[in-house]
This record gives sequence, structure tokens and C-alpha cells, in this order.
Amino acid sequence: MAKVLKVADRRRCIGCLSCRQACARLRGEYSIANSAIEVKTSGGYTGEFVINICRGCEEPACMEACKFGALTKRTGGGVVFHKDKCTKCGACGVACAVNAIRFDEDGYPIICTHCGYCTKYCPHRCITTKEVL
Amino acid sequence: MLARDYINVLYIDLEKQEYRYDQRKDLVKYLGGTGLAAKLLDENIKPELDPLDPAQPMIYAIGPLSFVMPVCTKAVATFYSPHTKEYGESHAGGRFAMAMRFAGIDAIVVTGKSAHPQYLLIDDGVQFRDARAMWGLSVEETGKILRQTTHGSGVRSSIRIGRSGENLVSYAGVNVDTYRHFGRLGLGAVMGSKNLKAIVVIGNNTVDIPQELKVKYRKVYDKIYDRVLNTDLMKKYHELGTPVNVIPLNEMHSLPSFNLQKNKIDFAEDISGEKFAEDNLVRKVACAGCPIGCIHIGQVRREFDSGYEYETINVSYDHELIFALGTFLGIKSTDEILELIDVVESEGLDAISTGVVLGWATEAYKRGYVSLEETLVPFEFGIVQNYIAAVKYISTRKNKFYEDLGKGVVHAAKVYGGSDFACHLGGNEMAGYHTGYGNVVGFAVGSRHSHLDNGGYSIDQSKPKEEDIVKKVYDEELERNILTSLVICLFARKVYTRDIVIEALEAVGINMTNEELTQFAKDIQKLKYQIKAKLGYSLDSIKIPERFFQTKTLNGVLNSEKAHEMVNEYKKMIEDLMNE
Ligand code: SF4
Ligand code: SF4
Ligand code: SF4
Repeated sequence: MAKVLKVADRRRCIGCLSCRQACARLRGEYSIANSAIEVKTSGGYTGEFVINICRGCEEPACMEACKFGALTKRTGGGVVFHKDKCTKCGACGVACAVNAIRFDEDGYPIICTHCGYCTKYCPHRCITTKEVL
Repeated sequence: MLARDYINVLYIDLEKQEYRYDQRKDLVKYLGGTGLAAKLLDENIKPELDPLDPAQPMIYAIGPLSFVMPVCTKAVATFYSPHTKEYGESHAGGRFAMAMRFAGIDAIVVTGKSAHPQYLLIDDGVQFRDARAMWGLSVEETGKILRQTTHGSGVRSSIRIGRSGENLVSYAGVNVDTYRHFGRLGLGAVMGSKNLKAIVVIGNNTVDIPQELKVKYRKVYDKIYDRVLNTDLMKKYHELGTPVNVIPLNEMHSLPSFNLQKNKIDFAEDISGEKFAEDNLVRKVACAGCPIGCIHIGQVRREFDSGYEYETINVSYDHELIFALGTFLGIKSTDEILELIDVVESEGLDAISTGVVLGWATEAYKRGYVSLEETLVPFEFGIVQNYIAAVKYISTRKNKFYEDLGKGVVHAAKVYGGSDFACHLGGNEMAGYHTGYGNVVGFAVGSRHSHLDNGGYSIDQSKPKEEDIVKKVYDEELERNILTSLVICLFARKVYTRDIVIEALEAVGINMTNEELTQFAKDIQKLKYQIKAKLGYSLDSIKIPERFFQTKTLNGVLNSEKAHEMVNEYKKMIEDLMNE
């Protein structure tokens, strides 16, 4: 059984950034700059929060866009990143229709592994993992 | 300081339009927050000049735990207070601490004055940007514009002043993002005096967790996260939030109302935390790095024209606001309180001082100390429209009377009389508790004249022996010096017991023993009093207004002589500390 990360209900989000911190910790960083999940306000705190994650496509456009084989299909949805093959061309980011791919300081794409670690820290169960075949 | 052995200070000179970073190892021992900001204030303050002189510094600091441990969300500002004319320190949550952290800055020192209104954009360096078109705009409007004209959505924070800061009202605050504030003691006026409308910080640097700390850091983070979320220690803050206090305080005869003529109201249920939650609460939001989310946002729909023309106001509310802009002014409905908060928020005023000043003005007007020609509105407890107008008059300095009101209740009472019912303690307007000696004395002697200096109101509620109160107040302020230096939100004070603090510091590579922390707390206390001494402040100046002794508290009617004796006792303890 594979799982993918899902947004359960973004309206419950309080913008605490615990999820982004969690992803960063997993990557060995204090800063949320390179976390694969993004939480933004739309119009300041008076507006609602937007949770931007990789949607775990079954036919990943990002993968199709990558001409170097740095992204391969992940069982259950989404992609697996092979850093050694990445040329930092940025094509994946452009191809992703939901803008889920951001790039780190070195120019590498930040790819969600759908590990689900972030979901454990969300106090309001806004994000969750879903079991898929 | 995170993952490095120095404190990175960003010095910004508005006069010369220059900035520089200074990597200072010598500051590491001040840790951050209160300690660091006090030290930098001491280095840069000009005691001989006016608090609003361009040469005065404005300091912002974060601490070693900021954002990297749960609920370590605050930034600390220090300045020469134009309100109390002595040591100024104010704290704010939101995203400012996070943004500073990942912009790689531990402290910011701003001096000088821009030739015309500007705002600062701090990313990898500092840009001095034109803000002439923003001058005169509300805090909210300015925030919306800055969100459109700067990058870094999601890792950005902006702090801004409203008209009151521009016009140097001595209790103008600085709004942080939306709904958080460096509220007290007039930081907004200091910013206004520098022609500075806003500061935007983008926190997009990466910081690697040192290899040797990775496992430990995660373990300790998880432990604290669990204490925050899965115990009762912080429960009250995310359920009803601090407004949960309204009814109990009212029952205890400790809820300052009608300019502290009363300690209890008969409409508590109409403006209680429960009532706000049922009628107005639409959501809760959090400061960056806090899974609690204590920021309660209330909504009110207002008809601005006939023909079903409505607008919606969303503002955050908490106990202090319900007190200052509610009970203290006799406002009887949640909708009206939210409307009043909204205006105070737009103008960028400190809500507590504004409410208390208006309470004094109402009584002064009723008793004939001031006339309608001066007040322009017929102040009446419970009538919100007058207060909405008056808030705007204060922030725009409508006439001589409002100019005086804009200097606080001590000043206003000096000019018009009525100092016995001017509800300040140590020169700063009172907070939402009238519980006993702990609160009155604790607030008066607290080094920033805040109820949060030493939590005297909470000491009172534990029904202490009278002779123990001063010692408790003293000890509590010392302990809080540690928390506010790290910088931990004080709502998480029960989570961060000493042993947890030590573990948390260890997990980010700082090893301090219990004894060292105790000594640190004392050193910071001394430092604050050294600054105070330089500014000519003495605890002898404390004169507690009569009103505090007329209205009964949870612990009975207080005695003026006894309270002043307690202040004296505190003074002796500080003297002993200074001689240690
Ligand atoms: S990165 Fe975008 S395109 Fe690629 S799998 Fe995720 S959502 Fe789909
Ligand atoms: S599922 Fe894993 S990789 Fe993806 S955002 Fe969450 S923590 Fe990061
Ligand atoms: S942890 Fe949950 S509530 Fe907090 S920012 Fe992430 S999605 Fe929102």
C-alpha cells in the first residue's frame, strides 16, 4: 500500500506552519524555505490560507516535462526525484499546473516524497495521507 | 546565533541611508530577546536627548529558540519610551520573529530619521524605499499595499504604523502582520519620529541543523510539541482564548469597569468569551511556529448605508481588548466592542492605553473637568459612537484636548485635573485586572509597567499571604527575563519549566546550567535597572492613584500606604540586587 499526501480541509488551517517546519526538520533544516509544503495567506490573515502541495498526479506533467530522467513515476502518485540526473533546468516547475514545485537556493526542485511526516504535526488535521493502491 | 557562534546585528542608519551587519561574539551571553535588546539599547540610547529625537535607537531582537521550538514566536523591541519617558520594552508575535530568523538577523538597530517617509525592505540587504504615498494610510491599507509590492509571500512579515504613530501619539503601537502588535509604551511614535512607515522582512534563508544535533533536536521538539498540544497546559488559550477570563474575573469582583469605578458588571454574559465565541468567532489563527492558534477572530457585519449595504469587519479580540474597549467604557455588546477594536487597529493605537484614556475622559467630562467644546463628543459610558470618533481625534490630534489625551492619562490629568481617577500604574495605563496588591504593585514596579512583567494578577488569584507578595512579584519577573530572552511566548510559560528550557537550549547547541540561568535572569534585571537609572528613573516616583484604593478587589479594599510600602520593599530588593 502506498500513500499520498492530501489536503483534507484548508479552511481549518491556522497558519501555524508546523507542517512546513516538520518537512524542513526531515530535510535537516531549521528554515521552512525548502519545505515541500507551502502555506500562504491569501490577502493577509484576514483572508484564508492556501495549502500548496504536490497533488500526487497519476500522470505527472512534471515528469513528462523533464527531459533528463530526473523525475520518475512514484507508486501511488507523484514523482521520485533523482538529483544526480537533474540539470536544474526548471521545466518541471513550469509544467506543474498547481505550482507545487518550488526550487531551493541551488536551483534544484523541491519534491514532496509523500512521506506524511508533516501530517503528524498539523493541529487541525488539515492535511492527511490517503492510502492508494 | 542559531547554528553559529555570534549574534548578527543589523545596524540601519536612516539619516545616512546606510546599513551594515556586525557579527558580535561578545553579545552571545545576552542570549536574545529581552537580554539582547536591553543590551543594545544600553549601548545606543542617548539619555540626554528627547525620546523622539532622531538619534534615539529602536531595537528589535529575537532569541535562540525563536521559531525553532514550539511557541517561541515573539520578537522583543526596546526603545526610550515617549510614553513613560523611561525604559521601553514591548513584545509581539505574528511572523516577525520567523522572518528575522531566516533573514539571518538576531537583532536590528535603527537610528536616525529619513528625510521623507520611507519603509525598509530587509532581505539579503536593506532597501530604503519611498513611503510618501503611504503616509496617512491605515495600518490595514498599508499592509495590503506592501503585500503587493514586495516578494516573499509565506516567509514574509511586515510591521507598520498607523496615523497615530505618524502623529507621535505617545501610546501609538506598531502592528505586526495582521492582528499582532508591539502595542505598549509608544514604539509607534518612535517609528513615526523616524519617518518610518513600515519594515518588511523576508525570511527565506536556509539554515542547516548541525549534524550532531539532528536527532536530539527532533526529539526535544517532539517532546515540547506534545506538551503544548496534548496536555492541558495551554488548553484555555485555544478554546475560548483569554476572554475565558471575563466571567470568572467578574465573579471575583476583579474586572475593572467604568473607569474602575466598578469591579463587576451586570452584563458580563453579553460580552464574555463564550458570547464572542457563539456570536462572532469565525476562526482562529496562529503566530508562525505555534500550533495553538490563540488569535481569535471575530466578525461583525455593519450596515454602512440603507438599501442593504453591508461591510464586514474581521478583527482579533482577547481579554485585554474586551476590558479596555469594553468593560472599562461600559460597552455592552460584542458587536460594538469589535467595531471599536477595528478603529483602534486601523489607527495603530495601543488598545489598552486608548481604552483607559477614554475611560478617564468620560469621567472627567461627566464631572465637569472638561467641556463639550474640548471633547467635541458628549462622552457617556456605553455609547460607542462617541468613542469611535474620539479614537480618530486622538490619532489625528484634532484639538488641544485630544493632543493632550494623546500623551496618556498621566499627562491629561496633569493638565485638566482628575489624577485620582487616572488609572495608570507607573505611568502606563492599567490592564484588565483589579485583583489585589500583586496586580497593583506588580504592575507599578514591573520594568515595562505591564501586567505581563510579573503576572501580579495571577499571584493575587492564588490568595497569597500579604507579606509574600513582593517577593513573588520579584521572583516572577526574574524568571520571565529568561523566557522573554529566548523568546518564548508567555502563554507557554507552564510548558517551558526550567528543565524544559535547559533541554530546549541544549537541543540547539547552547549548554547552560540551572544556576547559570538564575544568574542570567539577575544580570538582565540589573541591566534593565541600569538603563532606567541612566534615564533618571527611580521607583520612588511611583504614586498609585486613589481610584485603585477606592474600588474593592478580590483581596478586599487595598490600602494606599501599604501598597506604597510594598513598592519600597521592592525598591530595596532591587537595590540589593544592584549591589550584589
Ligand atoms: S509536482 Fe505537480 S505535476 Fe508533479 S506530480 Fe506533483 S502536482 Fe503533479
Ligand atoms: S509528505 Fe513529507 S515530503 Fe511531502 S510535504 Fe509532507 S513532510 Fe514534506
Ligand atoms: S500544520 Fe496544519 S494548521 Fe498548521 S499551517 Fe500546516 S496545514 Fe495549517
